[in-house]
Order: sequence, then structure tokens, then C-alpha cells
Amino acid sequence: MNTKTENLSLWNRLGNLFNFLANPSQFIKYSAYILPWLAIISLIGFAAGLYITFFNTPLDEEMGSTVIIMFVHVPAAWVAMMSYAIVATSSIGLLIWRHPLADVSAKAAAPLGATITFLCLVTGSLWGRPDWGTYWQWDLRMTSVLILFLLFIGLITLRSSIEEETQAGKITAILAIVGIVLLPIIKYSVEWQQSSLHQKAGIFEGQVATDFLIPLFIMAFSYTVLFFYLHMKAMRAEIYRRRTISQQRKHAFEATRKEEERLVKE
Amino acid sequence: MSAFFALLKRDILLSIREGGTVGIALGFNLIVVTILPLGIGPDQNLLNQIAPGALWVTLLLSLLLSLDRLFLTDYEEGTLELMTHSEIPLELIVVAKALAHWLTVAVPLALMAPVLGLLMNLSPSQFGILTLSALIGTPALSFLGAIGAALTLGLKRGGLLLPLLILPFFIPTLIFGVSSTTEFLFLGSNYANSLALLAAISISAIVLAPFPTAWALRFNLQ
Repeated sequence: MNTKTENLSLWNRLGNLFNFLANPSQFIKYSAYILPWLAIISLIGFAAGLYITFFNTPLDEEMGSTVIIMFVHVPAAWVAMMSYAIVATSSIGLLIWRHPLADVSAKAAAPLGATITFLCLVTGSLWGRPDWGTYWQWDLRMTSVLILFLLFIGLITLRSSIEEETQAGKITAILAIVGIVLLPIIKYSVEWQQSSLHQKAGIFEGQVATDFLIPLFIMAFSYTVLFFYLHMKAMRAEIYRRRTISQQRKHAFEATRKEEERLVKE
Repeated sequence: MSAFFALLKRDILLSIREGGTVGIALGFNLIVVTILPLGIGPDQNLLNQIAPGALWVTLLLSLLLSLDRLFLTDYEEGTLELMTHSEIPLELIVVAKALAHWLTVAVPLALMAPVLGLLMNLSPSQFGILTLSALIGTPALSFLGAIGAALTLGLKRGGLLLPLLILPFFIPTLIFGVSSTTEFLFLGSNYANSLALLAAISISAIVLAPFPTAWALRFNLQ
């Protein structure tokens, strides 16, 4: 009995870590200060990263100028994975601690994640053509990223097809949590299957020199900051949207009540 | 536990006496395998080569057709709500219903594999592996499909959304199902490994999938 209450309090304390984020009004207040900084940092990062990429990076011996695509492609892949992690953790936060903002976060991150995953697929495909001689190859990384993209699409469609919003949030959160299991399984199963058929060298097989690593990390950093900027912005928009809806309902309710009172008086 | 078996028996009987679900699944599977050679041409060698993949894909699609009915009738008439008040937990009810689905839809589909193998130009000695891998792999499909059926339960057109949500989760089963069959038929290598992994996926799905399914059902029944 005693241990159970202790566990509960520990469990709650873990949830309380995010309490400063849980209040929508607080979030609106703080994010207003943070947003411009994220925009500026991301802009500077992209400017610096793209400058170094185009003018200060030696061209790769094997790949030539197409190596530049790497600086757009690889960070997109990283941020795509991160955005799914954000959707999944937000979903856990919603279902376990019922934080009001967790649902807003999950809802805002899903379309962003889908977009950046799509960007990753498109740039990868454009890079694959000159270097591997094909736009598409069923190798493990591409396949797992494609599945990630489909998972995002599934999350978005499921949410949009359920009318009641809190219900939609909860149901979608279950799918997001179940989806966590999918990613490693897909990754390894395709690896096991493909290993006997063809062995394609990884993108990183000893090809990345420090000259490439510096712009790569600058670009990855800028992508991440940009993602958080857009995510925060989308969350604010979603909070305002929900407030507008509840205000509308309130006014409609007040109007009906007044009308009823008037009728009773007559 | 007797409630569990009673529910299992009820669902199996319902499915057999209604007959519609399994009939549609088997018919769909047959018609897809029939139009496939018409589409790609009757080249016997080619058909033989693509047989494992083609048969597994049509199996997945046929199984998907019946999945949206898994909880739907009980949900609409209110039986599901009553079941949540019974002595066994909702998770076990999910297990019973998914198991009944497997026995009444997936097993007939697996047993149908030799007929389809015949159409795909496989020799009779090669039929066994098709049925065996389908029997080992399909429990995962029924139990994972239950998650999708529970998620889309309250929707008007849930049946259309279900494949989009649940097919990505079928991929591991598809991969190991096809690789075990291919290894047996063409490579002659140790297909036992693939079958073991297929069984591992099925067992994991049976153990884990009822929890999110019951979770989603509870949200839908509120």
C-alpha cells in the first residue's frame, strides 16, 4: 500500500516536470518571447550553413557537386525522426498525464513531420539519381522513411476523420504510441531481408570528412530550430483556434439562455 | 475463463452461420489471383517467380476486407458495451474476438493457398510451405488488425481508413512470410529462421496488441 502511494507520487512528479508548459495561457505568454529568437537563430544558421555549403565546401571526389544535396537531405531525415519522437512523447503525455497542451503539440507536429519526411524522400530521390543511378531503391533507409511518411499521413487522416476533438486526440495518440513499435521493426526486418540480396553501402561509410561535418551540423541545427519555430507557431495557432471555438460556443449558449429568459418573461 | 470460451464460441458460430465475411475474403482472394496473370501475362516462369510475394499480398488485402467488421456489429447493437461489464477484462474479450476472426477468416485463407498456388504455376510439393507460413504469420494480422478496427470504430467510413492505418503494421509479417516462402521454394536455404521470426511477430502481436485495442475501445465506448 505504502509503496503504491510512493509510486504514484513519483509518477505524478514526473508529470509535474512539464507543468510549466501545461497551462495554455502561460505557453502563449512565454512562446511570444521565444518565437522571434528561434526565427532569428534559424535564419542566421541557414544563411551560414548554405554559404559554407555552396562556397566553402570542397567537392567530393566521387560524387562531385551532388554532395551538396547531402546538407539538405541528411538533416531532413534527422528532423523527421525527431518530429515523430515529439508526436509520440506528446501522445504519451496526453494519455498518461492528460496535459491539455500535449494534444495541441501532437496535432501541430504531425503535418510538420509529414512535410519534412516528404522533403527527405524527395531530396534523397534527387540525390540517388546521379549517384546510385536510380530515383528509388528498396533499401532499408528509404523504406523505413517511406513507412514513417505513411504513418504521419495515417495520423493526420485519422485525426481529421473523427469529429469530436478530444476523442480524435485520444484515438490518434493510441496510434502514435503503437507506431513507436513499428519503426525499429521495419528498419531491422528490411535489413535482414535485403542483406542476402544486395549490399548497399551506408551513406556514411567513411565518406564524411570534417569539411563536410561542419556545414552538416550547422544545417542540422538550423533545421531543428526551424522545426521548433514552426511547431511553436502552429501550437499557438491551434490554441487560438480552440479558444475561438469555445468563445463562439459560449456566446451561442448565452444568446440561447437570454432568449429563453425573454420567452419565460413574456 | 468460461466466459472467454463462451464468447469465442459465439463469435465463431456467428461467423459460420452468417457466412458472409469469410465468403467475401475467399472470393476476393481468388478473383485477385485470377486477374493477376491476366494483367502481367501468362508467362509460367514469371508467375512462378512472383508467386510467394503475390500470394502474400493478396492474403493481406483479403484479410483487411473483413477486419472492419471485427467489432462493428457488436458496437452498433450495444453488445460490446454490455461485454465491458462482464467478469472478464476487455483485453481478454479482444483476444477472444481476434482469435475468432483468425479461426474463421485467416485459417480458411491459409488453407486456400494450394488452390492459388496451382494458379500461380507452383508444383504440389511446394503448396505446403504456403499454407504453413500463412498459418504461422496470420495471427499477427488478426491481432494487429484489431487495433485498427478499434481505432476506426466510431467512424462513418472507417473501413476506408483502416487499410491506410494498419497496412504499415503488416509489413514485418509480409517480409518474413515472403522470405520464408522464397527461401523454401527457390533458394533452398534455411527457411526455418524466417518461420521462427514470423512466429515471433505473431506471438508478440497476440500478447501486446490487445492492450491498445482495449484502450481504443474504451475511448470509443465513452
